[in-house]
Amino acid sequence: MNENVKKKIEDIVEKNEICLFMKGTPEVPQCGFSLAIVNVLKHLKVNFKGINVLEDGEIREGIKEYSDWPTIPQLYYKKKFLGGCDIVKEMFEKGELQKILYIK
Amino acid sequence: MGLKLEEINSLIKKAMPDAEVTIEDLAGDENHYSATIKSKAFVGKSKIEQHKMVYKALNGKMGNELHALALNTIEG
Repeated sequence: MNENVKKKIEDIVEKNEICLFMKGTPEVPQCGFSLAIVNVLKHLKVNFKGINVLEDGEIREGIKEYSDWPTIPQLYYKKKFLGGCDIVKEMFEKGELQKILYIK
Repeated sequence: MGLKLEEINSLIKKAMPDAEVTIEDLAGDENHYSATIKSKAFVGKSKIEQHKMVYKALNGKMGNELHALALNTIEG
């Protein structure tokens, strides 16, 4: 991956405790899988940064390499990749996500 | 674009011969699938690692030829 792109991604995950690389915006998700994670985060009432990969082709491809994960959405917490849609939903259903994000 | 259900099944079985695989074509368009995979190979691995194993089995087709594959992995 291009160093500039890597730097750009590192910058985003460092500056935002919870960030979601997604298709569309938190207000207007443009893919069902992105929508599903947005709904979970909104339900938990946590603040998160949504990064619309449709607006940045470099990030769209770079983020797949960054975590060796071929699909979008991707959720990060404190620079750590938590998972895509299936894993995040499963963690939420088991109450694990709430624990990670410090929600009682 | 798109990938046949049988092809997904055989790619996964090739990488994980013991896997019990159930695949559903969600939209009937060969592009949106849901798969439940049970394998001993998943034991002791995190969910992220388990899903990565499935993606690797698909030889880079995930996110390219194949748009959507909802995954449920079970330690067998």
